Amino acid sequence: MSKTIKLKQGFDIRLKGKAGDKLVQDISADVYALKPTDFHHITRPKVLVKEGERVKAGTPIFFDKKNPTVMLAAPVSGEVIEVKRGERRFPLEIKILADKTLEYEQYPTYKLDEIGKLNRREVIDLMAKSGVWANIIERPFGLIAHPEHTPKAIFISGFDTAPLAPDYDMLLQGEEAALQAGIEALRKLTDGKVYLSLPAKNPSKVLSGLQGVEINYFEGKHPAGNVGVHIHHLAPIAKGEYVWTVHPHGVAQIGKLFLKGIYDATTIFALTGSEVAAPQYYKTYRGAQLRPFLQGNLTRDEHEVRIISGNVLTGEKVSLDGFLGFYHHQVTVIPEGNYYDFMGWILPTSKTSRSLSFHRGLGMLSALFPKKEYVLDTNYHGEERPFVQTGIYEQVLPMDIYVEFLLKACLANDLDNMEALGIYEVIEEDIALCEFIDPSKQKMQKTLRDGIETLLNS
Amino acid sequence: MMWLRKKLDQIKPLFEKDGKFASLHPVFDAFETFLFVPNHTTGPRHEVHVRDAMDLKRMMVTVIVALIPCLLFGMWNVGHQQALATGIAMSGWEKFLFGLEKTLPIIIVSYVVGLGIEFTFAGLRKHSVNEGFLVTGMLIPLVVPPTIPLWQVAVATAFAVVLGKEVFGGTGMNVLNVALTARAYLYFAHPSDIAGSGIWVATGNQATVDGYTGETALAVAANTANKLQEAGQGFSAESVVNALNDYMGGMFTFKSMFLGTIPGSIGETSTLMCLIGALILIATGVGSWKIIVSAFGGAYLTGLFFNAIASNAYMAMPAHYHLVMGGLAFGIVYMATDPVSAAHTETGKWIYGFLIGVITILIRVLNPAYPEGIMLAILFMNVMAPLIDFYVVEANKKRRLSRATV
Repeated sequence: MSKTIKLKQGFDIRLKGKAGDKLVQDISADVYALKPTDFHHITRPKVLVKEGERVKAGTPIFFDKKNPTVMLAAPVSGEVIEVKRGERRFPLEIKILADKTLEYEQYPTYKLDEIGKLNRREVIDLMAKSGVWANIIERPFGLIAHPEHTPKAIFISGFDTAPLAPDYDMLLQGEEAALQAGIEALRKLTDGKVYLSLPAKNPSKVLSGLQGVEINYFEGKHPAGNVGVHIHHLAPIAKGEYVWTVHPHGVAQIGKLFLKGIYDATTIFALTGSEVAAPQYYKTYRGAQLRPFLQGNLTRDEHEVRIISGNVLTGEKVSLDGFLGFYHHQVTVIPEGNYYDFMGWILPTSKTSRSLSFHRGLGMLSALFPKKEYVLDTNYHGEERPFVQTGIYEQVLPMDIYVEFLLKACLANDLDNMEALGIYEVIEEDIALCEFIDPSKQKMQKTLRDGIETLLNS
Repeated sequence: MMWLRKKLDQIKPLFEKDGKFASLHPVFDAFETFLFVPNHTTGPRHEVHVRDAMDLKRMMVTVIVALIPCLLFGMWNVGHQQALATGIAMSGWEKFLFGLEKTLPIIIVSYVVGLGIEFTFAGLRKHSVNEGFLVTGMLIPLVVPPTIPLWQVAVATAFAVVLGKEVFGGTGMNVLNVALTARAYLYFAHPSDIAGSGIWVATGNQATVDGYTGETALAVAANTANKLQEAGQGFSAESVVNALNDYMGGMFTFKSMFLGTIPGSIGETSTLMCLIGALILIATGVGSWKIIVSAFGGAYLTGLFFNAIASNAYMAMPAHYHLVMGGLAFGIVYMATDPVSAAHTETGKWIYGFLIGVITILIRVLNPAYPEGIMLAILFMNVMAPLIDFYVVEANKKRRLSRATV
């Protein structure tokens, strides 16, 4: 039984530089990297390969000793050229120089109707050792799912409302069969339902036809596309419960494992942002080095821009030689904002193309131009302060959660209140908009993650 | 403005750690960030990469803009009241200049003392100077009578900033509204200068016209009711209204009280100006419309409730008179909406505002000692706001728990 849920809360950050419909397939990167820092709460990492070793696409190269059956696999075949380590020898990047033609680790293949006959254990084992398991994120806390947990439901968000988000029909073109196979596999993992959420307007054609899922429709501004919001409205998480979430691209990758017997790390990402000359889509593999795609396609020098793997709310700053994040299907390039703004706190916002605001304070005129697209930079537009204004965070979070009280519980390491106030229901992406609109300029995502870490370590 | 920026960059190292004036760093920092929004950029990960153009400085300035109608009208009214009290004919400009002359020193003292303490604490605690006092420093002059001795303004401001705010950790941490703390201090420590008749009008040492007492409308209303009661006379719904209308040849008609051409604290007399300010605060979203609406509603309903009982003349006064008398409108619009000391939850704001309205009228009508109730009502509800929030948040926790068992 499908529902349409209208969300009143939210805010769309309208940025310039949305990707056009063009998909570029003839550019490829030489170097690919798996970054253990893309995953949360990896506490005891173990790298399985040494520099100079040859790997196939799908060869396990890294795992967390705390979750030892789940392997992270090489996205491409080739030679491991560097294992870059950071503090306390924590592995930061495992870099692979790719072969011209890829070799794959081979796993058994199944037809679509055979997947349903496998038992849960077989499905888990195959997914865990092949590398596709990391597509499954576990709520609470947003970690890689633990195979020993049984989720009460699995959620797939079929749209992305984040700034400059890619179009899912572009990302998933031609993947119908793989998506259906992926869903068959996911259905083995839960006793509950597999939910697919779609936007009420213009839902993805590729996803609309999928079988074996409960489809619900959501309408509203960002974060309407966030899977956390869908869970909150359809199957909220209480203490001791688990819900798993998978990105549609992950579903397709899982499906390809069963249909073709390989770890296929092919991905499409959208290159977006105001500083990109030609914003468009590129086909590559997970963890691709960004230089080949960005070089010559930036409107400014690389030191004047910020290259973000992901979107502007939750992404990670990378250099031109950085890599596409494991879960990212978007690269955003915006101007750096390291300038001084004379009387910038009182004058009407003269640089209007930079001054998007959720608020309607003195001289904040962006509410008058609901269609205008902005060129936002990385300037803070102020300084960090304690909480002052109230009631604003709830206007951009369509959940029954008191953000200020939850974050104060996190700051105070008050575990009981964190639990009671809903820390099981949110991860960084859900409160990222609260952080964006915060006039006190606090680091809310960091505070929340620190709170989660405290809870996990207690 | 490049030359200014260059100049600042030149002297900046002096104020850095190990610099010559390292101890003055918060002062330099405050002036620098006052002139230029700093070049800070967002972090590389676990943080949003773009930020909203709104910051606390701009938010506070929005409140100050909303205060300007009250401030300008208040200055004119100080002169206007002098003219009424002394019978000297003055033009509009003369009234305004007289008011400016009386008001400006109070504003300067309030800002100098308050900011001085903020800078000192910022230096001691090694944090940057907070913008909260921008608003407080303007509110304090507007809630004191024009005859207030300047040293009292200084002492009250110091008291409020130190004990009302800094001991709790500065802006964002205070329990009580800082400006009201200053006023409450004056009210209890120097009652002869801030309560009673004869202090609300700056006469400029001129003799007053015959029969002039310089009372406020609230005092007139309360006194009338008391006199009638002592005399054992009956009263009607119009008794107080008539007394107000008759006072000084129509000084306290509903219209003049709404417009604000009456004696009182500098900025609080005009309900109209407060409503203009309220519109600015609500339109910009800086002030909570829920608090403003529910507080006016609470006051009006309580007025109606007393009308229904009407066991004395004051109780029988029409409820809408309460909304334009005294500092009710000013308190509700500018002080009850202070987000830090108000309730933080949206449900809580309805309750918080409503009770402010109720308690104000309770104090006015039932308490013989205090003619005005808004100050004590807001301070009382400031203290109660965390309790209201507590129950609203507990309800949220219960909803979450009840969902789990299903």
